[in-house]
Amino acid sequence: MEMPLPDAATLERKPQIIARLMADLPPGTIISDPAETRAYECDALSAYRCAPLAVALPRNTAEVATVLRLCHEMRVPVVPRGAGTSLAGGSLPTADCVVLGVARLTEVVETDLPNRTIRVGSGRTNLRVTGAVEDDGFFYAPDPSSQLACAIAGNIAMNSGGAHCLKYGVTTNNLLGVTLVTMDGTVHEIGGPYLDAGGLDLLALICGSEGQLGVVTEAVLRILPRPEGARPVLIGYDSSEVAGACVSDIIKAGVLPVAIEFMDSPCIRATEAFAHAGYPDCEALLIVEVEGSPAEIDEQLEIILDIARSHNPVELRESASPEESARIWMGRKAAFGAMGQLGDYMCLDGTIPVSELPFVLRRIGEMSAEYGLKVGNVFHAGDGNMHPLIIYDANTPGQQEKCEALGADILRLCVEVGGCLTGEHGVGIEKRDLMSYQFAPEDLDIQMAVKDVFDPDWLLNPAKVFPLHSSAARRMAAE
Amino acid sequence: MPYIHGGQVMMRPGTEAELARMVAGASGPLRIVGGGTRGLAAGPGAVLSTAGLSGVTLYEPGALTLVVRAGTPLAEVDALLAAEGQALPFEPMDHRALMGTGGTPTVGGMVAGNVSGPRRVSAGACRDFLLGVRFVDGTGRILKNGGRVMKNVTGYDLARLLAGSHGTLGVLTEVSLKVLPMPRASVTLALEGLEAARAVAALSRALGSPYEVSGAAHVAAGRARTLLRLEGFVASVAHRAERLVALLAEFGDWQVFPDAGDIWRGIRDVTALHGAGDVWRVAARPSDAPGLAARLPGAPAVFDWGGGRLWLGVAEGTDLRAELGAFEGHATLMRAAPETVARLGAFPQSVPPLAAIEAGLRARFDPKGIFNPGLMAPTERAA
Repeated sequence: MEMPLPDAATLERKPQIIARLMADLPPGTIISDPAETRAYECDALSAYRCAPLAVALPRNTAEVATVLRLCHEMRVPVVPRGAGTSLAGGSLPTADCVVLGVARLTEVVETDLPNRTIRVGSGRTNLRVTGAVEDDGFFYAPDPSSQLACAIAGNIAMNSGGAHCLKYGVTTNNLLGVTLVTMDGTVHEIGGPYLDAGGLDLLALICGSEGQLGVVTEAVLRILPRPEGARPVLIGYDSSEVAGACVSDIIKAGVLPVAIEFMDSPCIRATEAFAHAGYPDCEALLIVEVEGSPAEIDEQLEIILDIARSHNPVELRESASPEESARIWMGRKAAFGAMGQLGDYMCLDGTIPVSELPFVLRRIGEMSAEYGLKVGNVFHAGDGNMHPLIIYDANTPGQQEKCEALGADILRLCVEVGGCLTGEHGVGIEKRDLMSYQFAPEDLDIQMAVKDVFDPDWLLNPAKVFPLHSSAARRMAAE
Repeated sequence: MPYIHGGQVMMRPGTEAELARMVAGASGPLRIVGGGTRGLAAGPGAVLSTAGLSGVTLYEPGALTLVVRAGTPLAEVDALLAAEGQALPFEPMDHRALMGTGGTPTVGGMVAGNVSGPRRVSAGACRDFLLGVRFVDGTGRILKNGGRVMKNVTGYDLARLLAGSHGTLGVLTEVSLKVLPMPRASVTLALEGLEAARAVAALSRALGSPYEVSGAAHVAAGRARTLLRLEGFVASVAHRAERLVALLAEFGDWQVFPDAGDIWRGIRDVTALHGAGDVWRVAARPSDAPGLAARLPGAPAVFDWGGGRLWLGVAEGTDLRAELGAFEGHATLMRAAPETVARLGAFPQSVPPLAAIEAGLRARFDPKGIFNPGLMAPTERAA
C-alpha cells in the first residue's frame, strides 16, 4: 500500500513544531519520545506502521481546537485517532503528521432519559456508553465487535455497524448531534438532543467521513430501552445456497430479527476446534436472534423455525436457557480469534445484495482455490455485509501481496454484483485504491469537493479514502 | 423542450440525460419540483419538473430493496410494495390537505424533503432508509452516491446530504430505498383530556419502555387526545398493549382499539391544522415541547414523535421564531402567505460558523446558484 512521501521540510521543523505545540498546551498533552509514540504507529491494520512526528492527547474541546489551529498555522497534517481499532488503516500516521488522539475525552456530559439521549465525549468507548445508562434499562444500539475497545469518535468516523444493526441501524441512524472542530480550529455545534437537525444534513456527512472533515469531540446519541429478552436459534445447512435462501425467506416473511449471522464450513471448523461451541459440521450455519417478551419470542421463532424446516436443515437448535444462548453466540464471537489460530488473516468487509449471496460465496470459494489461500466467511447475512477472512502467512515472502490481491478481487466481485467495497469498516488506506472501481472520476470529485469545504488545505487525514492519484492535485496545491 | 404554462417556463425532461442537458444549459434560477405538493414552485425562474422521470428500476422484496426514478408517484410505489406486504417504514406524510395544494407526491420530492411521519420516532426518518441516489449537480453532471445495499460506508454519504436539501444541492433522478414488511397487526391506546406536559410525560414513559411504541402523539386542538401505537404480530401487540396500559395507569384509563389507521393518517397529515392560519413545524427536545407550545396560548398543537416534532397553528403573519426565543431545536414555516414566507423565511437559518460550511457546500454542488435559490439560505447567489 503506497503512502505519500513525508514532507522533508516538515520533518526538519520537528523540534520547532513540537516546541510550539507544547508552549500552548498543558504538560503531558504532547508526546514525542519515540518510545512513547510507538503505540500510535498503527491501528488494527497492523501490517502497516509508521511513527508520527508527535502525538497530541488533549483533554477537552478547547485543547483539540488549539492543536488543530496550531497545526493548521504550521501546515502540519493531522491524523485523528479514536481507540486505534480501525481494520482499514483509518488512523495510520504518516511520518510528517501529528496524531490527534481523543482517548481522554471520555466524559458523560449529559444523560437525558425522558428524551432518550446521551451526550458523551467522543473518546468514550462504545460499551461504556451503554454502561452509563444500562442500570436505567437503556442501551446504545450500534455494537461493533470491537465495542469493548473502540471509541465513539471512531464509530462516527467510520459509521460503524455491528451484529444487531439489522434492527437498530448503524451509527448514522443513532447520531443526533456532534461538536466538531475543523482543521482551522473552529468549533461547530451540529444538531442536538432532538430528531432531525436543521439545515443541510451535515451529520450525515460527518458520519463516515473517516476523520477527513473535522474532529468530533462530543456526540449526542440516541439511546433505546433494553428489550425484555432475546433468544437465538442455530440452523445448519448442507449448502450455502440453501442457507442464503432461508435468510431471504425469513426477511420476506415480515419477521425482523435483531441479527442473522452466517458462517461457512472453513469458519465453522476453525471455530469448533478453537472454542468448542458444539457447532455441527456442515456447510453453512445461521444464527438468528429475536427479541421481546418470552411470548413474543415464541411467536417470532415459530415463524422462523417453520421457514428453516422448509429448507431441510441438518441442525436446528433453539436455545432453552441463557447458558444455551451464550453457547450459540460463543462460537460466532470467537470466530475471528479462531481464524487467527490458522495464521495471519485479512478481514474484508464488502456488502452485496442479499440475493447474490449464493453466487458470491461460490465465486469466493473458486478464487480461494485459484490463489491457494484459505478463506473463511463469517458475516451479517441479513444485510449482506460479508466478512471474508483470508488466511496467509506474513512471514512467507510474497504472501501478504498475494492476500491483498485476492482481497481486491473479492471486493471487485462485491461491486460487480451491485454491492460496495465496505459495509462498516471504512475505506482507510485498505480500500483506497479500489475506490475508482466503484466510483466514476466525477463521483469521487464531488466527494473531494466536500473535503475542500471543510479542510481546504487537505491537512486532515489526507492520504486516506481517495486514491492517491485522484487526490494528488488537491494535496499538492495545499503544500 | 421547455414550454410556457401560466406565464411560467416549464421544463419536464423525460430522461436523466435530458435533465442534465437542461441544467447544464440553464443560466437563471430553476424551481425544482416533483409532484408540486409542497408549493415550492412559486418564485422566480423556470420550473424544472422530475415528473417525467418515472418508473421502478428494481424491486427485490427478499432483499427489502427498491430502486425507483425520482418522478415516480408515491401512490404507485405504495401499491407495488403493498402487493408484497411491504411498505416505506417512515410513513411519509401527504402535504396536500395541509398546504392546500394539488399535485401528486413523488418519491424524489419525499427524499428531497426528508419527509417522514409518526413512525419516524421508532423506525427512523426517510433519510435513514435511503441507500443511494443518482442526481444532477448544478453544472449538469450526472453523479451517483451510495448504492442499493443495506450497509455501505464507501466514501462520503452524499445521499443523506441530499435528503432534506430540498433540491438546493442537486436534482435527484433516482433513489434506492430500504423497505420493510408491513406490520401484521396494530393497536392504538388513547386517552382524552391530558394537559400537554402530562401527555408528553406519558409518551416519554411509553417510548422509554421495552414495548416498542411505533407512534406517540398528542393532539391539543379541541378536546385533547393522547395516542400511542403498537405494531407487529398479533399476540405480541396484544401482550404489549396490556403491559403498556398497566405501565401508564397513573395517567388515566386508556382506551385500546384495534388498527385505527385513520387516526394515524390524521397525525401524519396534521389534520388538526387543516384550514386557515399559518402552520409551523418545530423540532425540539420532547420535554421542552409543551413549554414551547405554551408561549402561544390557545394555538392548536399536534405533538408527534413523543413531542420531538411539534406542529403549531398560529395567527397569520406570526413570527414564531421570535415568540419562542432561544431553544434547542429549530422551527420551519410550513404554511403561510407568500409575503410571510418572504419576510420570515421558510427554513431556519444556519448561524456562523456553520453557515459558511453550508454556503461552501452549495457553491460546490451548485456553482451557478440556480437550484431553488433563496429557499433554504438567503445568501444563495441567484444567477
